[in-house]
Amino acid sequence: MYDVLVIGGGVIGCAVVRQLSRYVGNIALLERSQDVSEGASKANSGIVHAGYDAEPGSDKARLNVKGARMYSALCRELGVPYGQPGALVLGFDEADRSKIEKLYQQSLQNGVEGCRIISKDEILALEPNINPDVLAALHVPGSGLVSPYEITHALANAACHNGVSFIMETEVLDMQPIKGGWSIKTNKGSFDTRAFVNCAGVYGACLHNKISPRKLTMIPRRGQYYLMDRENTLGFTMTIFQVPTDMGKGVLISPTTHGNLLIGPTAEDIDDPEDARTTAEGLSDVLKKAAKTWPGITVRSVITNFSGIRAHEAGGDFVIGAVDGAADGAFEAIGIESPGLSAAPAIGEELGDWVAYSLQLPMKAYMPPVQPKPKAFSHMNMAERQQAFHQDPDYGRIVCRCETVTEAEVRAAIREPVGAKNLDGIKRRTRAGMGRCQGGFCGPRVVQLLCEELGLKPEQVTKFGGKSQILLGTLEDTLKEENT
Amino acid sequence: MSLQSIPVDILIIGAGPAGLAAAISAREAGIQSILVLEREEWQGGILRQCIHNGFGLHRFQVELTGPEYAQRDIEKAKELALDIRIGVTVLEVRADKEVTAISREYGLQVFAAKAVILAMGCRERPRGALAIPGTRCAGIFSAGTAQRYVNLEGYMPGKKVVILGSGDIGLIMARRMTLQGAKVLACVELMPYSSGLNRNIVQCLQDYDIPLYLSHTVVDIHGRERLEAVTVAQVDAQRKPIAGTEKRFDCDTLLLSVGLIPENELSLGAGVALSPATNGAVVDNSLQTSVPGIFACGNVLHVHDLVDDVSAESSVAGRAAAAFVQGNAWQGRSISVKDGAGVRGTVPQNIILPDAPIDFSISFMFRPDQVYRNHYVVVKADDQVLSCKKALILTPGEMASAPLSPKLLEQCRQAKSLSIEISPEKQV
Repeated sequence: MYDVLVIGGGVIGCAVVRQLSRYVGNIALLERSQDVSEGASKANSGIVHAGYDAEPGSDKARLNVKGARMYSALCRELGVPYGQPGALVLGFDEADRSKIEKLYQQSLQNGVEGCRIISKDEILALEPNINPDVLAALHVPGSGLVSPYEITHALANAACHNGVSFIMETEVLDMQPIKGGWSIKTNKGSFDTRAFVNCAGVYGACLHNKISPRKLTMIPRRGQYYLMDRENTLGFTMTIFQVPTDMGKGVLISPTTHGNLLIGPTAEDIDDPEDARTTAEGLSDVLKKAAKTWPGITVRSVITNFSGIRAHEAGGDFVIGAVDGAADGAFEAIGIESPGLSAAPAIGEELGDWVAYSLQLPMKAYMPPVQPKPKAFSHMNMAERQQAFHQDPDYGRIVCRCETVTEAEVRAAIREPVGAKNLDGIKRRTRAGMGRCQGGFCGPRVVQLLCEELGLKPEQVTKFGGKSQILLGTLEDTLKEENT
Repeated sequence: MSLQSIPVDILIIGAGPAGLAAAISAREAGIQSILVLEREEWQGGILRQCIHNGFGLHRFQVELTGPEYAQRDIEKAKELALDIRIGVTVLEVRADKEVTAISREYGLQVFAAKAVILAMGCRERPRGALAIPGTRCAGIFSAGTAQRYVNLEGYMPGKKVVILGSGDIGLIMARRMTLQGAKVLACVELMPYSSGLNRNIVQCLQDYDIPLYLSHTVVDIHGRERLEAVTVAQVDAQRKPIAGTEKRFDCDTLLLSVGLIPENELSLGAGVALSPATNGAVVDNSLQTSVPGIFACGNVLHVHDLVDDVSAESSVAGRAAAAFVQGNAWQGRSISVKDGAGVRGTVPQNIILPDAPIDFSISFMFRPDQVYRNHYVVVKADDQVLSCKKALILTPGEMASAPLSPKLLEQCRQAKSLSIEISPEKQV
């Protein structure tokens, strides 16, 4: 019997399970995909919001501000790049100006430090490419940047390093109370546990509604993005928002921690929580809205477009804690839409501690220190590169030429505690295939390395698990099939 | 920790057809210290996976496969005892021609070169650059990546295939996949004309009854895990999809052959000026870039249709780099060369005419901006017509050239600029 099963390997599930790994117990995480960070955690803006936006007094506001303050130290501990370039929220008319005033007041109420309202001249001095029609802006110095999947992978690795099991390709179908806990039914059989934590993202409400009389309504909200090549980021150093609407924070323009420029998202309520496609209308909407911030916008250096699905719950706030009206041992973190990434460290800490406390799990006397992820080869100086090569000659082989990723780093990504099993997993952990050629050159080599490390045949290698095979068989196989 | 830099006369980046031809000609011009660095584990570059024939007709007057063509240069390089190192990736080129590279065999190395020849080739435009909406499933490949899987790794990327773009690699892969048992349903081209060579349209599509849809594009991509279908629609004159013309093709594979981009990241790091028309370096007729002593040739300079042209061009770069190292750098007045009406991406963008009598000719290479029939290619020195030659057909898919003889070059010594244009009428 497990002590705790965490359902869902997104940033929330991984943050919760990482906190639980500080306690003595039999703890595991169930994830339906082949890798962690496969849902909303892999496709969002990657902004660590300072916390001026959420309704004062809400869980969203409190956990956002608390989580954002934890990021810098957490990222240093885990070896994840973190930046704090600050943000501007732009207003173009008087109505916008009064919204900015309200945001400023909220920032004070929520305890966000250092915000101030600045005028056109100062805005354009900070960011010369902003539309000169701008009237005023809220300057938020504490706004940060993190790669959402890198922090998720790092939390998962830290938890695994501390003894948590990660049970992949295991989809939870139902939960039933049993004596002393719950039986979790999955596609891979049942798992008995004293407690579980539902961190199932867009499926959170669906699982919740199976066991709680207080029904929740999940509205999957799709956001489409453009990602631009690094050369384009010269244009902006800060995250640039427009004033928020009922549908969220609107279209932003932001550098990423890797120096690309991210533009988006749309906010479209959709029926199917899996419908993560981009549309012609959505992408043109992104450009149209972003042009208000940046009249000089061009698609010339677009690398790719993608979309992510936020788990918007109709009530509007995060739903965190013990499941209403269910037997003991049922916990959840549901409706964790923006600023969910910012709040994740705080949600993980509070909910993890809560679950451990309710089970009376003792704190571990000793925790082995985290092995922070080594610096990426592309960010090393000459001396560091020389040293890396002397320790591991696989640093001498460049696999991805666009992002300068070495064979040593690809192998390490497969070998890490919660390691990569497919092409997308390698891409998110090392950036191989993330650059301007989008894996055209490195793809075949990464397939070979996955085969070598995991003992796979090339036709078994997938893009992201399931039926997403890259290759459909050997040449002989296909000719044989044709002749029969 | 600092590295002792290793001196070398000419350092060549890339051992594809461009780098090999440049190395051979530089050695033949008398340079002993030449180093060629190649990031892949083999020489010959992309030719290694081009197992179809059609290479070498101009240079060798025989039809060779890609590997056979490459082998001729590899053998020649061996004969000349050229130092070609494989598995070495150049990380940085500086304007002072200090080059940093890394490899499993030699570790991190710094070279101090007297001249550098950029011969890194090009890469394919990926899906993202086209902003095709839809899902992000498996089964979407650039044509060259698919070619590598089939021809080098022995694996089939798919069985029911749609090809977007009619670039040469896409056309070649239409035939290759068909011969290997796949069904190629369509080749879809955004423009009203193909961007590939006419001989490839005939030999790779028509011979296998593969339909070519001109003025069409892929407007949606379906499939959660592996590709299941694509939606194709006709486009209007502004290349916008026309509502109501959508067709769905059930397929497991989409190959993209939508353009090649010279790979100039290292060039940019060295401060080499690039041309927005070619995405390659701005060069003079010695193929020297804006940085003295750095030369460029092959597909990193501008994308070619024929490897024969790459080899010829690269020999010029090799000789010019040799002359630079020997202290005989080309000197003289520089005259700029402009793209006139109908002309894009003329190379070289400048010419340097020595004070001595001119004993060479220059062939300007360019691409027409659309299809022209029975038009004239006109070269002018300021307003004076130097040459006017009729062409039956000019198309963006085939690089065109405009040669100037030594005699005509003598005539433009005083010109401010030269221009090349496509004219419907004869000009004198």
